[in-house]
Amino acid sequence: MINMNSYFKKNKLKIAPWLFMAPGLLMFITYVIWPIAGSINISFYDWDGLGEKTWIGMGNYVELFDDEAFYKSLKNNFIWLILYMLAVPIGLFMALFLNQSVRGIRIYKSMFFFPFVISQVVVGLVFSWFYDPNFGLLNIVIEFFGGTGIAILADERYVTYGIIAAGLWPQTAYCMILYLTGLNAVDSEQIEAGRLDNAKGWKMLWYIILPQLKPATFIAIVVTVIGALRSFDMVSIMTAGGPWGSSRVLAYYMYEKSFSEYGFRMGYGAAIAVILFLIMMVYITFFLLKMYRDEKAN
Amino acid sequence: MNFKFKTSVASAVTFALMASTAFAGTLVINTDTSDPAPKAAFEQLIKDFEAENSDITVKWNLFDHEGYKTSIRNFLTADAPDLANWYAGNRMLPYVNAGLFEPVDDVWASAGLNDTLASASASMTIDGKKWGVPYTYYNWGVYYRKDIFENLGIGIPKTWDDFKAAGATLNANGVKPITIGSKYLWTAGGVFDYMNLRTNGYDFHMALTKGEVSWTDDRVKATFANWKELVDAGFFIDNHAALSWQEALAPMVQGDAAMYVMGNFAVAPLREAGLSDDQLGFFQFPQINPNIDMAEEAPTDTIHIPANAKNKVDAKKFLAFLGRADVQTKINATLGQLPINKNSSVSDDKFLQAGMSMLSSTTGGIAQFFDRDAPAEMAQAGMEGFQEFMVKPERLDAILKRLEKVRTRVYK
Repeated sequence: MINMNSYFKKNKLKIAPWLFMAPGLLMFITYVIWPIAGSINISFYDWDGLGEKTWIGMGNYVELFDDEAFYKSLKNNFIWLILYMLAVPIGLFMALFLNQSVRGIRIYKSMFFFPFVISQVVVGLVFSWFYDPNFGLLNIVIEFFGGTGIAILADERYVTYGIIAAGLWPQTAYCMILYLTGLNAVDSEQIEAGRLDNAKGWKMLWYIILPQLKPATFIAIVVTVIGALRSFDMVSIMTAGGPWGSSRVLAYYMYEKSFSEYGFRMGYGAAIAVILFLIMMVYITFFLLKMYRDEKAN
Repeated sequence: MNFKFKTSVASAVTFALMASTAFAGTLVINTDTSDPAPKAAFEQLIKDFEAENSDITVKWNLFDHEGYKTSIRNFLTADAPDLANWYAGNRMLPYVNAGLFEPVDDVWASAGLNDTLASASASMTIDGKKWGVPYTYYNWGVYYRKDIFENLGIGIPKTWDDFKAAGATLNANGVKPITIGSKYLWTAGGVFDYMNLRTNGYDFHMALTKGEVSWTDDRVKATFANWKELVDAGFFIDNHAALSWQEALAPMVQGDAAMYVMGNFAVAPLREAGLSDDQLGFFQFPQINPNIDMAEEAPTDTIHIPANAKNKVDAKKFLAFLGRADVQTKINATLGQLPINKNSSVSDDKFLQAGMSMLSSTTGGIAQFFDRDAPAEMAQAGMEGFQEFMVKPERLDAILKRLEKVRTRVYK
């Protein structure tokens, strides 16, 4: 006991941080590290989620790399990643547009933010009505201008883009709110100084405003990347992965294989989840490295 | 303080006692019968059961359809009710294999169900044991707009040529022959079943869904060749991949489409949408190959006892009750479906009567449904392929090759 005590006293500075971190670490290990390890473990088994597990080693991965549907989902994930990024610049311009003091601007701001507040499921439903080939607004407009209607959600060429457009609506609002808070912190003296140096319009935006918005941009990109990778609700609500699986993304494919009506393949689903995790890991590593460097620089 | 503590302990104890006594006669039932007619049928069924067994209180948890299909796995393992509804055939196989359903041969024996429910006995049997009690089934076939057919002078098609001619006449008059909503895939499975049953017959269809025949077999290709005739002739409404089966009812109600290959459950919403019995008719899916006995599709719905159920004694009482002729008569009158018990009477609804007489005179055999005859993974891949085929028939070879790949893996 005495020994312990003196050991603690000697190493107080070393031990104390761990003690403070302990609750957080414990949660992190239980709810993050442990499930990840569990998923990776399951991905080596053939398991229907109910009965006995059978070890099949890399079997699930071998099958996965020979699975057209997997490549289709992977490709869609990359389309999502790229096009979802549009939320960042659009959000920026909406923020710039709304960042003025007009009567009732708060109401406008909150209306622009509205799509992020409502559930993704609702957004998906609204857009599937919008796209509906029989009564949807989109086709009414197209036909009004003399075009022929298209069933976006039933056409393998357009379906992913249609869902991404729906997803951009709330995501843009999210980026907008990030930039609006960022704009509050923009130093007015610098703007004034810029003005004195005759900076206007794009130049002002590019050289004076944007650099100050760098933290907001960083967060906006990170949340958008993560949003794109876990785009599940929209796909599920709007198309259920169809037509014939052409709008699936990895997250949805994983769900379909392991939890959906016909899915009884936990191992295969886990293998898809591991691949998705590895892709996300690239961004997470980037994010962590950047944070680490920033902290060090300070 | 002391006094307060004592009373609270006392009340806690009495509460616990009450809870446990209530528990002894409580029967928990989980179902997904959330559409209006099935919901009313189950309300009535439970009320009647409670009236006969006054010592049993039924606690009924109602789920929505799609949610139920995923949550059943959780509640069977973690928090099992005493009874749960599900489907016959291959759909119950995973739960039977995992030991999550209780065999109920004793109920079948003691309630005489082996005799009265004999027609469904095969689809309830796995490994020589019965795993639940069937309470309803319904026929599939072609529901059509009688008034449109009569206006255009089209008779009920009996043969494949009649059928194609009827479609051509409809198309020429700006009416799409068949409506379908394939967003959730299974509707396409129904069409495939009929195409295959009529082209190759029941035995071949069962062999295919059991994985004994290759998907690239010439006989399968013959089925798709027939189907392609319909697709190429513009039989099916456009954009069906964007519609659910309920949404696909609209073209038929509005008179833009004239037929629907569906189960009898489509009658209730069609009537609700305003079609009278003079406008709505039913006929058997026409013959394609005259050398093949006509087989039909008639899925069976069932109730099971989970292996982890707490109150199996009362659950078995309920199953025996559910198997009774009068009970099945009553529940199916509300459901608008057919009773399994041979002593039950079918309501005099014209669609039920038509379905009943069709099924009882069927010589070719009765299939459950594609996703109940084939194992889950094959069913999903298959129905997805059917949907793709209906929109892109030129991809048939690639689709069949893909299905064959799934088959070689699924059936080991």
